[in-house]
Order: sequence, then structure tokens, then C-alpha cells
Amino acid sequence: MSKDQHTNPESTFEQCMKCTVCTVYCPVVAVNPDYPGPKQAGPDGERYRLKDPLFYDEALDLCLNCKRCEVACPSNVKIGDIIQAARLKYSTKKPKLRDYILANTDIMGGLATTMAPVVNFTLGLSPVKAVMDGVLGVDHHRTFPKYAGQKFETWFKRHAASKQAEFDKKVSYFHGCYANYNYPKLAKDLVKILNAAGYGVNLLEKEKCCGVALISNGFKDQAQSQAELNLSSIRKAVGRGEPVLTTSSTCTFTMRDEYEHILGLDNSDVRDSIMLATKFLYTLIDEGRISLAFKEDYKKRIAYHTPCHMEKLGWAIYSTSLLRMIPGVDFLMLDSQCCGIAGTYGFKKEHYQDSQKIGESLFRQIQDSNVDLVATDCETCKWQIEMSAGVTVENPISIIADALDVEATIKLNR
Amino acid sequence: MKFDTIIIGGGLSGLIAGIELSRKGQKCMIVSAGQSALHFFSGSLELCGLEDEPAKAMEQLPQSHPYRKIGLDTALTLAERVKPLFAEVGVNFKGNAERNHWRITPLGVLKRAWLTLDEYASVPSDGLMPWKKVALLNIDGFLDFHTSYIAAGLAERGVECVVKGISMPELERLRHNPTEMRSTNIAKTLTGELIGKLAARINEYAKDVDAVLMPAVVGLAGNADVVRLKEKVDRPLHFLATLPPSVPGIRLQMMLKRHFQKLGGVYMLGDTVREGVFEGDRLAGIMTVNHGDTCFKADNFILASGSFFSKGLVSDINGVREPVFGLDVDSLDERPQWYRKDMFEAQPYMSFGVATDVGFHPSRNGQPVENLYATGSVLSNCHPMKEGSGAGVAILTALHVADTILKNQ
Repeated sequence: MSKDQHTNPESTFEQCMKCTVCTVYCPVVAVNPDYPGPKQAGPDGERYRLKDPLFYDEALDLCLNCKRCEVACPSNVKIGDIIQAARLKYSTKKPKLRDYILANTDIMGGLATTMAPVVNFTLGLSPVKAVMDGVLGVDHHRTFPKYAGQKFETWFKRHAASKQAEFDKKVSYFHGCYANYNYPKLAKDLVKILNAAGYGVNLLEKEKCCGVALISNGFKDQAQSQAELNLSSIRKAVGRGEPVLTTSSTCTFTMRDEYEHILGLDNSDVRDSIMLATKFLYTLIDEGRISLAFKEDYKKRIAYHTPCHMEKLGWAIYSTSLLRMIPGVDFLMLDSQCCGIAGTYGFKKEHYQDSQKIGESLFRQIQDSNVDLVATDCETCKWQIEMSAGVTVENPISIIADALDVEATIKLNR
Repeated sequence: MKFDTIIIGGGLSGLIAGIELSRKGQKCMIVSAGQSALHFFSGSLELCGLEDEPAKAMEQLPQSHPYRKIGLDTALTLAERVKPLFAEVGVNFKGNAERNHWRITPLGVLKRAWLTLDEYASVPSDGLMPWKKVALLNIDGFLDFHTSYIAAGLAERGVECVVKGISMPELERLRHNPTEMRSTNIAKTLTGELIGKLAARINEYAKDVDAVLMPAVVGLAGNADVVRLKEKVDRPLHFLATLPPSVPGIRLQMMLKRHFQKLGGVYMLGDTVREGVFEGDRLAGIMTVNHGDTCFKADNFILASGSFFSKGLVSDINGVREPVFGLDVDSLDERPQWYRKDMFEAQPYMSFGVATDVGFHPSRNGQPVENLYATGSVLSNCHPMKEGSGAGVAILTALHVADTILKNQ
């Protein structure tokens, strides 16, 4: 298999043999017939668009970029990439103020954390929700993720950075916006596990939002400059011999695949070094290089939900294998299907109904499964499932950290 | 990561091998580059369709044929295990290996078949049509089912067809987008409480007929909708195959996969094996596109990667290749020899495939790989179309190789 077939969407559209397998697995076309479906929107439409950009159909905005079409395709056509690239290239719709706000997780997060109590309170008020719905087009059903009072970066510099020098072995951590602004506990949990296993943690020299929301909202130039900044920091870490760990499947997927396929940046020198922390931990355990010890009294029934980008990465096996290692976990694997939120997609008023309909059978499966927790590697899946199925959702890293016997683990890895 | 057996290819052959090995306690992983040819499933499985009796038909096959490598007696014994195996998965078939029956193609032609899904229309071995008059229904706006061909085919055999279209407001919504009005999207709509409404519409046309025939557009997620619909329709209801995608094929794929996972198997979809790590005459591990520098190791490997459609075989200007490991391939050197001008003749390229010894071990540069096996349509010297043997070869070689691996462990 030549490398080109996996990286360059333009080289793959001729591979489509019109078998329609992709349309079977498209979550959108199943709930909204106005969407032309991945085959029509992707390889078929591309032929027309190459003749004349006027053939571009604004209904491509309905694609939620889950990439399940690509996972299903027997001919290795990069259907999702073709659609994303077409949206950026041909769409004549200007992004709205709302799209700017939703896409700029960094700017918004930076502002919001400085006055978190006020922001959290205000975003929860129904008159505010009504205004956001009416004026901005952010659906009023949505619950906004809470902002933390202190950024993870700030906490790390004050409380954890100096301790990291004690470790010989080091990794770098790309925390992403969610762990930094909304849920620093996740990032602290990772530091706790890695330190116990004998690894020190460094932050990247500079880190910006991975850019996934910028790409899907049409801000390609800004996405590109943020990606370049991230890649340059990642290169420095990899140059020091440190893999770059993450705790979000979407950031991981974006930096590994979308940077190259959609933004046209060459990341081949560092791509293999960017990985979810669960893959890193599982591999070390599998190779006998570290061991984790778990609390005897940790008992939970946990179901795992495979986020779309995790399905695309193919890495659910690492997160689920780690969860199954915890002796007190009664594990259940949920059917792999889209939860419907797809990042900022489900926040938009025009997509809200479709978003909920897409996730309906997943929510039902969760409600019927009588679990204490749902585990998943994506923060937006977490918001969607918590809001729609009424179950607490945690990242596998947080679950491992809660179940970890820290003292025993430190001893095992000394 | 270490497994007992790793299977490359997640279609019919790979899943059957995976299920058989897992139920005997092996730790298995399947790597599948996209969905399989089961998405084109006709509703019937073929063993050997050259004659009425598969056992006799198989005697016509050349010594190099996969059935001959298994041994015809062994092959027929393996065939007996197939119906119970599918029943365990939750899919019921009718038919047997002693005598072929007839399936009805989407063009209204009869073809020999070994096993046909219970809910499908079929014609018994003697070829006598089981009905005098049928209602042949389609969903209005559904373009992948052609009643006129089928009605003409049935009329030739003395069956009168009353052809009717069914509309429902819930289905009209799908007609907004004719290119997406596919069997699977109809099946996603025709579920739950709509089954009762659909039955009521069908019963309007089911008054004075022996049976109702309709396209297989119900029951994507499981058998429940099919069972309920059959219960609520006043006359015997039978499905006919549509053009792809195949609703029952996708359900079969899903149920096989789920069963494999329930038995502890790991199924990796959308990943491609980049290369094999060979140690002498053995395959030690595989590297995949998604997993970077992680090597998946196993004692045994099965290549069930399919034929040209699934890219188990690739042809280019230089010839035919097996792209995963670069295994030796049986093919013809001169490109003009690959085809016959008459499209309905047996096409030589269809019998191209991975060369194996009698134990189904492929070779690299002439050297057999002792812990690697090939099964299903990637194998050479089989003419699935001409012989009517595609599913039989996929299933029986998988069972045979699974037996071999278990015997040697």
C-alpha cells in the first residue's frame, strides 16, 4: 500500500466504485434526507465541482465530519476529507459571529476562566439561553460546559512543574482546550498516573487549540497558523525524545490526520509520536515496562462509548483494555455509533434536532444498561451523553486515576 | 499485543474462521480494511451450482480447486456444520447440501442455491413454482428493485403477478433525495410501529393471492421487524433480493461481527495491514496503518482479504499482486489472456488468486509460510460465478483452516 493512498484525498476519489457502502453508515443521511449522503457529497460531487465550483451544494454543511464513511469504505476513498476540503474551498457562506465564538475555544476559554463563576452562572440562565438561541443561533436546549476557575496551565506551573525534574523519563502533554479551561482534573489525573508510573510530564513550549472547530467552521487560515505553532512545539518535544501525549481523541485525530489531509501541512516526522495517553500507557504495560496497581475497594459498572474520531483512529482497544485491567470494573462495550454532537455541530440551532435524533439509540442503550459511568475519550461526546442520557461520563484516564493505588504503583515502578 | 490467531479480512470467510476459533477458546483479532462484500449479499449461499446435486457438481472441479484441497468428503461434512453455526449467530437458513434449490435473482431468473434466508422467496429443487398468483410489491420511488423484470420472469414460469406500489407518508420524506432512497435508508425508516402500518398497506393487495413478494427492505438492525411483519401480513410474505446495498447482508455482517465480539474477539474496522514481520519461514507479526509502530503478534495468521473488490488482489499494468504480504499469485502473464470477449463466458481473471499448497499455506518467493493460511475469495483456481461456489469456498475453507489450526495447537 503506498503512503500516498492514505494521505492525499485527491488521489483517492478515482478509487470510488459507487458501491454505496458509505451511505449505509452515514449517521446524518439516516435522519435527514436533505443531506446528499457521503457518496454524492464526496467523490460523486467532486467530479462536478472540478468542472464548475457552482455545483457546490451548501447542504454539505450538514456533514458532521465523523469519518464513519471512510472507516466503512472498502476502497480506501477519503470521503470525509473530500467533503471537508470542498467545504473550505467552495462554500460561499460567511461564518457567523456564533461560528467565530464556537470555533475560538482558546480565546473564549481564556476570557471565561478569568471570571468563571460569573460566566458559568450567566450561561446557565434561561434569558441568556434565549438570547443566545434567538440572536446567535446556539440552541437553547444545550448545557454549556462549565469553565474552571483556574487554568490547568496555571495550576501546573504553580504546583507540579518543579516536581517533574525528579524523573529521568519524560513525556510531553498536549492538554487541549477542554482540560485547560473546563476540566483541569483530567489533566491533573494524567500527571498523577504518569508520575506514579515513573514518568515526568512537560507541557509544550507553546500550545494553541488543535483547530478542529476552526476547520469545521470555515476558518482555514487561522487553523493553519495554529497548527504550525503546535507542530513546531511538538517537534521540539520529539527532538528531546519525548512522545506527545493527549487526552482527547479529536485533538489527536486532528493533529495526526487533518493537519496533513485538510490543512496540507507535512507532519510525517512527528505523526507517530502524537498519541493518546491510553495508547502510551497500554503499550508500556504490555511490554512489561510499567505496572499499575489498583485500589481493592474500587467497584464500578462502566460502559465504553467509541467516539467517531476514536473509531477512525482505531484506538478504542487501548482505552478499553486499560479499563478492563481494573479488577473492580464490570465492563460493557456499547455499539460504536455517533452520539450526534460532533464538536460544535450539535450546538447550532439548525442542527440540534438532527443531532439528538442521531444519538437516540445510543442514549437508549446507555439508559438500559444500568451502568455507574460511561467512559469515553472525547469531551464533546461527554457533554452530549451527560445531557441526553443523564449518566456521568468520564475520560478513561480519570477512571484509571480514581481507581489507582498511587503508593503501590510508585513502589512497583521504582 | 499478542493473539493466538490474527485474521486479515472481516467478511464472511474471516468472520467464520474467527467465530470458529474463538468458540474453541482462541484469542483472535480481525483487521478489516472497510466493509465487506456481504453488503452485496443475494440472500442465498452457494456451494456448487453446476448441477442439482452439489456432491456430483463438485466432481467436475479441477484438482487445484479449493474444495479438492479440502477433500470432497471432508468438504461435504463441513457443509453440514454451516446451518447450525448460523442459527447460533441468530440467522436462519433453509436448504441443504444434498440437493440445490432455486433462488430468484433481481432480474427474475432462477439460479441454483445451497442455503437461502428463511424469509426469502425460493423455489424447491424440482423447479415447480410454489405459487399460481402473487402480489409483487415495491415501495414507490425505490429504484433498486425492478418489478417488471421479476414479473416477466415469473410469468414465463406460469405465475401471475399483481404488481403494486406502496406509498406511505413516512417514506415520502425519503423521496426528497432520490439518490439516497436506498434499501438501507428505507429499512431505517420502516421499523418499530411503522411495521404495523406497512402490514396494513400490504394486506390491501394480499386478498386473493397465494403469496406476497416484496423487496428486502426491512430488518436492518435484527430479525424482530421481519418476524413482526410476517405475522401481521395475512398471506405468506417472502422477500426478494434488491440491488445493493443488501439489507439482510448488512444484518448478517453485523450479527456475525457481534457474535465474534461476544466470544471475546477483537474486530478492528477501517485499518489496513501495512506489512508483515517475517522471521524465516514464519510470520511473526503485522504492522497496520492506524497503529504505527505497534506490532500485533500471533501464533497463526489467516489471510481472508477477499478478491479484487476488497483489494485482497490488486491488478495493475505489471500484473496481479497480493498487496498485503506480496504472496505468490496464480495468474496469467499476458494481459489479453485475462479476459474473454463474451462477457457471459467464465472470465479467467476471476480464477486468479493467492497460490497455496494443499494445507492452504501461501508462499513468498516460492517459500511456503508455515503459520499463514489463506481462505475465501483471495484463493486461486476457483470460478465463483461460473461454478456458483463463492460462499461455499469462503465458509468451508475458513472452517477447514480453523480445524487445522485447532488440531495443531
